[in-house]
Amino acid sequence: MIMANKIVKKEQLIPGQTSKLVIDAPHIAAKAKPGNFVILRVTEKGERIPLTIADTDTENGTITIVYLVLGKSTALLEELNEGDDILDLCGPLGKPTDLHTGGTVICVGGGTGIAAMHHIAKGHHEAGNHVVAIIGARTKDLLLFENELKEFCPEVLISTDDGSYGHHGLVTDLLKERLEKDDSVIEVVAVGPVPMMAAVSKTTEPFGTPTTVSLNSIMVDGVGMCGACRVTVGGETKFACVDGPEFNGHKVDFGELRQRLAAFKCQEKESFDHHCRCKCNDNK
Amino acid sequence: MTTSKKTKKQIAPRVPMPNQPADERSRNFKEVALGYTKEMAMEEASRCLNCKKPKCVQGCPVQVPIADFIAEVAKGDIEKAYAIIKSTNSLPAVCGRVCPQEIQCEGSCILSAKGEPVAIGRLERFVADEYMYMDACDLISAKPECPYIDEEKKVACIGSGPSSLTVAGYLASRGCKVTVFEALHEVGGVLVYGIPEFRLPKKDIVAKEVGALKDLQVDFVTNYVGGKTFSIEDLKAQGYKAIFVGVGAGLPRFLNIPGENFCGVFSANEYLTRVNLGRAYDFPNYDTPIIKGRKVTVYGGGNVAMDAARTAKRLGAESVHIVYRRTADAMPARHEEIEHAVEEGIILEVLANPIEFKGDENGNLTSVTLQKMTMGEPDESGRRRPLPLEGETYELETDLAVIAVGTRPNPVLLENEPDLKLNKWGYIEVNEETNETSIPDVYAGGDIVTGAATVILAMGAGRKAAQEIARRFGVED
Repeated sequence: MIMANKIVKKEQLIPGQTSKLVIDAPHIAAKAKPGNFVILRVTEKGERIPLTIADTDTENGTITIVYLVLGKSTALLEELNEGDDILDLCGPLGKPTDLHTGGTVICVGGGTGIAAMHHIAKGHHEAGNHVVAIIGARTKDLLLFENELKEFCPEVLISTDDGSYGHHGLVTDLLKERLEKDDSVIEVVAVGPVPMMAAVSKTTEPFGTPTTVSLNSIMVDGVGMCGACRVTVGGETKFACVDGPEFNGHKVDFGELRQRLAAFKCQEKESFDHHCRCKCNDNK
Repeated sequence: MTTSKKTKKQIAPRVPMPNQPADERSRNFKEVALGYTKEMAMEEASRCLNCKKPKCVQGCPVQVPIADFIAEVAKGDIEKAYAIIKSTNSLPAVCGRVCPQEIQCEGSCILSAKGEPVAIGRLERFVADEYMYMDACDLISAKPECPYIDEEKKVACIGSGPSSLTVAGYLASRGCKVTVFEALHEVGGVLVYGIPEFRLPKKDIVAKEVGALKDLQVDFVTNYVGGKTFSIEDLKAQGYKAIFVGVGAGLPRFLNIPGENFCGVFSANEYLTRVNLGRAYDFPNYDTPIIKGRKVTVYGGGNVAMDAARTAKRLGAESVHIVYRRTADAMPARHEEIEHAVEEGIILEVLANPIEFKGDENGNLTSVTLQKMTMGEPDESGRRRPLPLEGETYELETDLAVIAVGTRPNPVLLENEPDLKLNKWGYIEVNEETNETSIPDVYAGGDIVTGAATVILAMGAGRKAAQEIARRFGVED
């Protein structure tokens, strides 16, 4: 039983920045539910990084991941092509999304988080909910998964920071507007950068709308062994990898999460610079 | 004439084992203890009285025929000695290094009453290291050729730590087809993520012991998480006739004090996993980063605390304090480990209990507030309880804190296997005779049954389960 984890399809969604990989991993595809993530490692000397499962295809035994090239490990991942194997791929991890039925669910996605949000939105759609997607990016070219979401979301609302497409402004503007006129909303889900998830939670709070956020804390093992991913939720310490990654947005300490995400900033830069230097030396 | 008789009976001291000097070793991750030469081993082995009813064997959780193998070492027949050890112990190079022999085999040695016990651990280690390079089938089964593997006798081990590796070694050498499923990307459990390189080399020792099992046709599947990637039911459907659950305790305990989530506060599991499994000591050649503390504090008094403190020292910390609420002699760590730590310049900050971590505006740890303690009267258990000295607190500067106060049962498998009966502490309940769980043909052992214990106790549990599985398969000795 050897896991190949072959990349069957690679698509550069935003060249040099964001890519989508469809990976042959029937054992994970068979078990993965919306909200789950994987931990992967690209090289023998590589680190373990978590990535949300953006989609699954049980028939073909594949899972889809989408990543933003942000540092060394995602740069290494970006160097892989169709036909290459991912060295280590482990999952599905985390608790699946709690899919209750009976109304409208607004799924808000920002940046690469739109891909992760996509799987959750699809789950809510399949559970029988009316799903409204609100997606945002800095500019039109950085918007992901619009068409994929349109396949099952009757409404896909778009905002861009620079106004190049859709609403000129933030996703929270659209969300607020919607909550004011629609009382069938049973839940809001937000996946994206921490400030965006914090802003969404703040927006929904006065409406009392249950709000779920998918937290992207630093992880090592992803199976509850270490507590690197711990977050404070309602005053209690929780491990995002086993207790989450989805939590009640109204109870999450986003400030602490933001600080903890920056804990290795210097080392991340050092690692990336080291990688670039080595690559340059190789080319010489 | 009585005096001369007494002199004759006096027991020779044990042969010391060479170590890397403290000031040198505290700057590298190479193994501290260097091991015996053959001459040293033979000399030490000759101290053994070769008791008719050896007590040392009873002290060993996997019942290595100690006197027999030592007799062979004394003669210089290391190959024979190895075969004898391997007949009951699948990881002798590991056990010789990390077992707390003073409370097991060596603690039971008859010589310990009058002087120093035979250095059984060092001898086991010497023998294992000498024969590490020999053909594995020869060694593990102690038989001239590899056993015939009966594909029908399918056994699955969940987790690849010491207990599972023992089950795998025992059953594979008796012709069973064993597959070991591991959640992480490397095999060995605590042997690879927990115990540091300077106590247990990964490439030269752990990987070779695992390699010997692979030669016995044990299959290892990594990145497979019990309860997530597969269930016990899935394994049964795949034809596994016996399943051993050895997933460890894993989940770390924290102190539950304010400021515990500041950057720079780590669980020992995270700190050691980054350094050992992720090889963060060689960052940026390896990608996993670690924060190299300048002023490090470690909380707890067990072996894990020693490992974390000595690791921090090797990563270049200016000062490393081990904060413990009782006195040093009450520390549960092995004496040898505490001694090694102190030799390396680690400070024991005893009778001190952390009550708060403080940080700067960016959320980085800057100091800890410690409560001074005193030892009270013995309680019902006979152990003296530490009591706070009211109002006596002090600050200790620290930019890296490592919490090593134990673990809890890992819920990942247990939550998804509701049929597995648990005890009141949340660990798996087993039949003490057989290590079978509430699910027929599913066995468990190691930390997931007992809570955090030692490598060798986990191996003992694995051996008990394996003996029962062998009996049911009709392949026992």
